[in-house]
Amino acid sequence: MIEIKGIGTEQFSSPNLNTAKPLDRAALAIRLTLLVLAVTTIYALLTINANGIDMPKAILDTLSTLRTIFFQPYSYHFTVWQGFWEIVITLGLAFLTTLFGGVIALFLGLMAAQNLAPKWLTNVIKSVVAFIRAVPSILWVLIFAVAAGLGSTAAVIGLTFHSVAYLTKAYSESFEDLDRSVIEALMATGANWWQVVFQAVIPSSATYLLSWTFLRFEINFSNAVAMGAAAGAAGIGFDLFMASEFYFNLHEVGLVTYFILAFAIILEVLATNMKSRLMKQA
Amino acid sequence: MQADVFIRRRNNAVVFFAILVVLTAGSIVITQYDLQKGFTSFIKAFIWGASNFYPDAGSLRKLPDILVKLWETVLMSIAATTVAAIFSMFLAVFGSRTTRIHVSFTVIARGIGSFFRNMPLVAWAMILMLAFSQSSLTGFLALFLGSLGFLTRAFMETIDEVGENAVEALTSTGAAYFPVIFQAVLPASMPQIVSWLLFMVETNIRDATLVGLLTGTGIGFLFDVYYKSFDYHVASLVVIVIVIAVLIVETVSNGVRRVIL
Repeated sequence: MIEIKGIGTEQFSSPNLNTAKPLDRAALAIRLTLLVLAVTTIYALLTINANGIDMPKAILDTLSTLRTIFFQPYSYHFTVWQGFWEIVITLGLAFLTTLFGGVIALFLGLMAAQNLAPKWLTNVIKSVVAFIRAVPSILWVLIFAVAAGLGSTAAVIGLTFHSVAYLTKAYSESFEDLDRSVIEALMATGANWWQVVFQAVIPSSATYLLSWTFLRFEINFSNAVAMGAAAGAAGIGFDLFMASEFYFNLHEVGLVTYFILAFAIILEVLATNMKSRLMKQA
Repeated sequence: MQADVFIRRRNNAVVFFAILVVLTAGSIVITQYDLQKGFTSFIKAFIWGASNFYPDAGSLRKLPDILVKLWETVLMSIAATTVAAIFSMFLAVFGSRTTRIHVSFTVIARGIGSFFRNMPLVAWAMILMLAFSQSSLTGFLALFLGSLGFLTRAFMETIDEVGENAVEALTSTGAAYFPVIFQAVLPASMPQIVSWLLFMVETNIRDATLVGLLTGTGIGFLFDVYYKSFDYHVASLVVIVIVIAVLIVETVSNGVRRVIL
């Protein structure tokens, strides 16, 4: 881990009583971060490779494309029911990857929680998981596709891999919130490690685990759409890809987009409701 | 009475797991996921990866090209985040419960946020490709539109949470609308907002790979070229470079977060 100590040097962090609002380490770090982001952005925008694109024309073209997509959706290659079925397949992919990921991450999360496992083990698991997370999920899918062939199987393995990494981090942090004294109290009564886990750790963090898992389900839904388009997995993403890259049919892109938007918004509403219910319960 | 509680708890667990099993079986059937093939190809992929998917001496010659593309991608991800943040900030301030002028603003801002958040990145990439073709602008705009939705929602929730007390305190002293925003709401929510910005930069670097694959720009395109020409040594080098970039950004963000939060 690289510590960023240079940001708040001593002369800045010493409180100056004459000013009403001392520029402390935190404020300085915020300003520096914003400054770096702003300068980088200006540099990026000035040097962006526009390839001789005529901006006003391109924007107008895009707007007219959007008009076709959103105001004249129509399908030539599938019926509304087939579209619905394709969405169900995408949901199935998202469910499988979330479930497999969740089950594996539950165990890895226990091994990565600092209050439950030895330090060397948590360090090993946390580093491995950070590495897996850093690789974009599409690349995992494509790497597995070499062995499994392009399709649903590669997509499920690749997305599961990424879900495991994401959920292990989320779960282990939820486990670490449990007070050490609870574990010590249970240990003192003679409970073994598994009893501590199943009687104290998992019940007390269950609400967090569920909301993290559902959040991941939402992410996996949009990932599954992307994998359909980029890695040939089944489902609505593949239809989106076919409509725009193969048939060049904007009306069909429009219909598929409406399907995806509708389901994504339903998932979002469900997640928000579930979260507020869980929060009330906790 | 106590036995009752245990029985109820057990029954709940049984129902929960039964639903899970049914959903899993259903999903396996409809997605035509091959369990056995999944397992064997997982092992096969590792054996293949260990024997093919590593950079060799020859691939290192491509490193300068890869780094140029990486730099482009990182710049694009940061620019998309920052520009989106400016728009999101306006939407969030006008839409937040605590700082809105009228309830209708919340509905509009939430609607815009929800639309852009749920619109698949793939669709944006493909739509923008039509007019902007294979230029970096396509990737930039796709990431910008995706970030806009996410950041609007994140900022709005932050202002909702942090803003309430600050607004109440300042309005009771008779402060006007804009002073309240600039003196209380923004400073109070700034640490959270910066934290979201850094998170978005990280996410955008990863998503830029996907967008690049689809639109033929940036580092994603480079991976695709070598992957499709079976040059796995160079492709693996691209992956390693992306991983290092993401880990560096993550480490820097964690460091900044530790100081500001």
